[in-house]
Amino acid sequence: MSPEEELQSNGSVASSTRNIVGVLKEHNYLGLSDCSSVGSSNLSGLADDDKATISLKATELTLGLPGSQSPARDTELNLLGPAKLDEKPFFPLLPSKDEMCSSSSHKNIASGNKRGFSDTMDKVPLYTEKNWMFPEAVVATQSVIKKEVAQNLPKGKLSTTNNSSSPPAAKAQIVGWPPVRSYRKNTLATTCKNSDEVDGKPGSGPLFVKVSMDGAPYLRKVDLRSYTNYGELSAALEKMFTTFTLGQCGTSGATGKDVRNETKLKDLLNGKDYVLTYEDKDGDWMLVGDFSWEIFIGVCKKLKIMKGCDAIGLGMFCFLLVMPLKSLV
Amino acid sequence: MNYFPDEVIEHIFDFISSHKDRNSISLVSKSWHKIERCSRKRVFIGNCYAINPERLIQRFPSLRSLTLKGKPHFADFNLVPHEWGGFVHPWIVALAKARVGLEELRLKRMVVSDESLELLSRSFSSFKSLVLVSCEGFTTDGLASVAANCRHLRELDLQENEIDDHRGQWLNCFPESSTALTSLNFSCLKGETNLAALERLVARSPNLESLKVNRAVPLDALTRLMSCAPQLVDLGVGSYENEPDQESFMKLMAAIKKCTELRSLSGFSEVAPLCLTAFYPICQNLTSLNLSYAAEIQGNHLIRFIQFCKRLQRLWILDSIGDKGLEVVASTCKELQELRVFPSDLHDEEDNDTAVTEIGLVAISAGCPKLHSILYFCKQMTNAALITVAKNCPNFIRFRLCILEPNKPDHTTSQSLDEGFGAIVQACKGLRRLSVSGLLTDKVFLYIGMYAEQLEMLSIAFAGDTDKGMLYVLNGCKKMRKLEIRDSPFGNAALLADVDKYRTMRSLWMSSCEVTLGGCKRLARNAPWLNVEIINENENNDVMERNEEDEREKVDRLYLYRTVVGARKDAPPCVTIL
Repeated sequence: MSPEEELQSNGSVASSTRNIVGVLKEHNYLGLSDCSSVGSSNLSGLADDDKATISLKATELTLGLPGSQSPARDTELNLLGPAKLDEKPFFPLLPSKDEMCSSSSHKNIASGNKRGFSDTMDKVPLYTEKNWMFPEAVVATQSVIKKEVAQNLPKGKLSTTNNSSSPPAAKAQIVGWPPVRSYRKNTLATTCKNSDEVDGKPGSGPLFVKVSMDGAPYLRKVDLRSYTNYGELSAALEKMFTTFTLGQCGTSGATGKDVRNETKLKDLLNGKDYVLTYEDKDGDWMLVGDFSWEIFIGVCKKLKIMKGCDAIGLGMFCFLLVMPLKSLV
Repeated sequence: MNYFPDEVIEHIFDFISSHKDRNSISLVSKSWHKIERCSRKRVFIGNCYAINPERLIQRFPSLRSLTLKGKPHFADFNLVPHEWGGFVHPWIVALAKARVGLEELRLKRMVVSDESLELLSRSFSSFKSLVLVSCEGFTTDGLASVAANCRHLRELDLQENEIDDHRGQWLNCFPESSTALTSLNFSCLKGETNLAALERLVARSPNLESLKVNRAVPLDALTRLMSCAPQLVDLGVGSYENEPDQESFMKLMAAIKKCTELRSLSGFSEVAPLCLTAFYPICQNLTSLNLSYAAEIQGNHLIRFIQFCKRLQRLWILDSIGDKGLEVVASTCKELQELRVFPSDLHDEEDNDTAVTEIGLVAISAGCPKLHSILYFCKQMTNAALITVAKNCPNFIRFRLCILEPNKPDHTTSQSLDEGFGAIVQACKGLRRLSVSGLLTDKVFLYIGMYAEQLEMLSIAFAGDTDKGMLYVLNGCKKMRKLEIRDSPFGNAALLADVDKYRTMRSLWMSSCEVTLGGCKRLARNAPWLNVEIINENENNDVMERNEEDEREKVDRLYLYRTVVGARKDAPPCVTIL
């Protein structure tokens, strides 16, 4: 506000301030930095227009081979670790049975091939089997996408935000707001981080990730390194979450030691169509099983057992709406 | 003229412990002033820069217990630069030099160094109690010197401090002869703990009533600790990610059962739900429960636990408990006096169903007749709800409501929340502390000025329209001591209207408001008994110098406080004292 404006009457100062506050409010939510000087944002420098453009682009469906047009994908490719990335075309619409399951040979991951939860969010009207492709998930718009992701994650997500290990969320962080002590913020963030980080030495210590299940009263943790393939993981998870699917959610609080009726469980699982999904390093929710086990444990940050219907957007749309846990083996 | 000899009067004064009362006594007459000051044992200093240690010691030579507060409240939320000040060292130096028989030191938001702690530990042979809240600047080495040298240490209470953990052996430094511990709280330490040393210490401390351990104390160690300290009244547990096996669980439960005196539980920063279950046997005895760090435990599990806690007076919880959970609290905890509901989702993602709303607040107000303090973070609020709350609970002393989204109106009527907060201040005649949020116009401040006669502390953020708002408060609230405002359109007119008002207040904070450098300079000229501090980020310091003449430059952060010792000498470059 220029000095001239300030010299005007209080009324107009107030209203122009109001406007600014009102406008600021919007800007803040998009992460722009021209709010109060102590304010901070995470996407400073991005103009409103560019934001809109980028987000539109990100949600655009295009026809074309995967890998044909996402420069921003390069960074993501690096995230996938040492796996060698092949440029061979890979038709996402035809995941054959054996590609679904884990295989010892690593997957070919063409750029742009990521079937992210977020990528499918805005697609509904344009979404047909034939047209379904992978639009570029632009890293720069991660925060915008995150907002959408957040809105659509299944209810019951409770613990502190999963953003602790990735760039901060879309809703801009006004400095000092909400008024929560830094100590508390840091402690809660650490609680989240502790489960995500390894001892700092990849490949050595245990790799705990949280596992949640729709409808379960609490989260569990598994050490991914204690399994060598998807089958073992799947079996372990089944055991862990038996009690819930059998309708025994914590009557005593103790986990069910006895798997009363294993066959009943499988039927239940099959009938209810639970799907195993995971959140990767970018914060996107993916179906388990695409990548080789080694790659998977490198990118998996969290696991979630979702009800099949909730997982529709995750991509196995045409062929397999849901996949019972067991068949991952 | 006194009718009794001084010693008798002094004896009578001994029964009066409240600081306010003692301050009042000292104003009665010169003689009473003298008797009072010579016999005063406990002194509370709300702003360490309002006075200096030398004058303190001069006035109160018999000082035994000192409480000091340093940084302004908004420092908690990163609004104050790290190097702003609040150093305790000069105080300890002065007290040591004057050979004050210091026994107790309580610090809040101050900078403490290992050097200070070392000096403290060596200078006061009767030292008994050290309480540090939200402090920083020291390491476990400092703690080691306190442990080693304070022979009569009874209380070491570290709450939410930033401590550099050197993973040393500070617990080992308590001599074998140290058996007087009544309270030990090191929950904020981030590193590993020497469990053997801890267990030995607890075992030889029969008077230990309060024990709060840090995350690194595993379940079996906790079990052993509780087994040798069944007299515990207040327990803070560590972090237990994985479910215990059957045997460990049974052992834990057995140890817990023996702690029949246990009244207060906290910690739980990461807890497998089974561990929480182990505390069921003593649930009904609990009067205080802090589960506000238990981010992992889902709502219904929390609810199940709280259902048994019928005697709870104080509950700190995360909003993951949900409105439904609060309804359970309302129907279970009829003795509840203080409730704090913290946000679990600090990035305010919109579709979080498990957060709390006005429904939970109304339920609590209806179900808990003894409620007098509340801190409530929520997504939304309505005037109707606040009006109902005010009717249900006219006894509020502290009412702090934080609607996560700034400027959010009543979500059913889209109006401002003026009427709701107005109802609160009108009904709660004893209200001493208030924090407002949501969409608010000048009107709410009119109400506050009119009705909040006992209000001592007011926190304002993103509220008001014009200077009138702030003026209503300054003119109306006679007992105002601390006023803190951020991101609100109050400017010079309000700031300068009644300079003498600041004599009666401890401090005023204004950040991202409309006050200008010129206004602040004028204030500083008219009120030499105030320290008027301007805080600017470093990058603006150039701007400050260049535009020194530009009095219309808006001030980033303003902090002013009354003082009898003038401008402080330890201000960093980013702080300008006018």
